[in-house]
Amino acid sequence: MSFWDVNLTILQGLVTTAELFFLTLLFAIPLGLIICMGSMSKISPIRWVVKTIVWIVRGSPLMLQILIVFYGPGLLFGLPLLPRFTAALITFVINYACYFSEIFRGGIQSIPNGQYEAGQMLGMTRSQVFFKVILLQLVKRVVPPMGNELITLVKDTALVRVIAVYEVIWMGESFIKKGMIWPLFYTAVFYLAFNGILTLLLGKIEKKLSYFD
Amino acid sequence: MSLLEVHDLHKSFGKTEVLKGIDFSLDEGKVLSVIGSSGSGKTTLLRCITQLESAERGHITVDGETVFDADETAKLTKEEKRRRQLNFGLVFQSFNLFPQYNVLQNVTLAMELQAKERPDFKEKKTELLKAINDEALRLIDSVGLSEKLSNYPCELSGGQQQRVAIARALAMKPRILCFDEPTSALDPELTNEVLAVIKSLTKLNITMIIVTHEMRFAKEVSDRVIFMDGGVICAQGSPDEIFGGSDNARLNEFLGSFQK
Ligand SMILES: Nc1ncnc2c1ncn2[C@@H]1O[C@H](COP(=O)(O)OP(=O)(O)OP(=O)(O)O)[C@@H](O)[C@H]1O
Ligand SMILES: [Mg+2]
Repeated sequence: MSFWDVNLTILQGLVTTAELFFLTLLFAIPLGLIICMGSMSKISPIRWVVKTIVWIVRGSPLMLQILIVFYGPGLLFGLPLLPRFTAALITFVINYACYFSEIFRGGIQSIPNGQYEAGQMLGMTRSQVFFKVILLQLVKRVVPPMGNELITLVKDTALVRVIAVYEVIWMGESFIKKGMIWPLFYTAVFYLAFNGILTLLLGKIEKKLSYFD
Repeated sequence: MSLLEVHDLHKSFGKTEVLKGIDFSLDEGKVLSVIGSSGSGKTTLLRCITQLESAERGHITVDGETVFDADETAKLTKEEKRRRQLNFGLVFQSFNLFPQYNVLQNVTLAMELQAKERPDFKEKKTELLKAINDEALRLIDSVGLSEKLSNYPCELSGGQQQRVAIARALAMKPRILCFDEPTSALDPELTNEVLAVIKSLTKLNITMIIVTHEMRFAKEVSDRVIFMDGGVICAQGSPDEIFGGSDNARLNEFLGSFQK
């Protein structure tokens, strides 16, 4: 078993990890926006339902949520199990959408009312105000906290091994039965590299938006 | 008939009645200053006139046309409300420039969005955009900021930002331009440049309503002055009548507080 083979095996895990990461992002951002709108809704029942969901999702362990989504439908309703990766993805999307929604809400609420009013007084429609005036300011404000969440997300993907999704740690750990313990610890290098690239990218975006405040 | 007629305006926030029946009119090309102590309802009045806030009672006309009627606001389409609101421009105390756009873009943005709604925009695109650009350059020049076209708001002093805000408001050609304490967020040494710009507008016969704590300025530029107290107009008249000694005790007390 060469060093090369270990790398290849862990890389297979990294593909799964990266898939989970990118698909979570892809779906959790729009869902997060919807949840965000719900949590700021003028209709109070909607607001309270959404806030309760966010509280439950953010207040309970992600690992438990993965187990519930995977085993729950079968135990409660006798439904067939979802494919493991799908169950993991669904859990991550819901979980991260709730975190994102709070970041978006903070961002929206931090934009001074005067920006909306200035747009309105200049004859802009609500959607023109949002897309031409607010959106970029919002992006600028949410990039740093989103960066933190993304880095946490990369590391959280390791949790899906509880339902035997073959991600990076699972692959590293698989060498233990062949008497090799070091590949498990070596997986850290892959997370560090992933997060290193992510940090660089986020830094680039922040820099691009630093021309205004 | 006056250009602007405000009739019986009432506005409450919760249980506090802030405007208790405001009536006044303003002729075309005239400058009206609104003075009064803090909390007397000046900002609220301006926000009701410009329709950022909707009054519970009252009626406003511009050039004889109803632009606000408390009884029918609920029925108005957004489009109609927007059209009526465009009669007014507003310069805010806190400037509210769009931070991600440079000086030129701050002034052109709304004009461009408006032009894009024209049915003939596609055919005449280049001419229209050129005209908008020229107009913006002219306005920015008139507030003395031609050197700063490509600077962002965060690179400007407060006084410069407020001058851009004035150019931006003028770009929409409002019938009436309103100012809410345009200099009170500024360091004292920057107020004069902004006041000078506002003064230069009086020569262009632009109809203005200026809420201000700058009494000397109000006396100098206004054709009429309104003194507000406790949600009503306590005194109104020419600058001489208001500042030249009156027998209104509240007004004298208020003006007295400025002598110190
Ligand atoms: N959005 C609001 N909600 C509740 N109360 C408000 C609101 N806006 C203003 N008020 C109240 O209305 C009263 C008048 O406020 P307004 O801002 O119109 O006064 P002002 O004359 O502009 O004062 P200043 O000179 O301090 O700017 C104040 O008592 C204020 O607390
Ligand atoms: Mg005020």
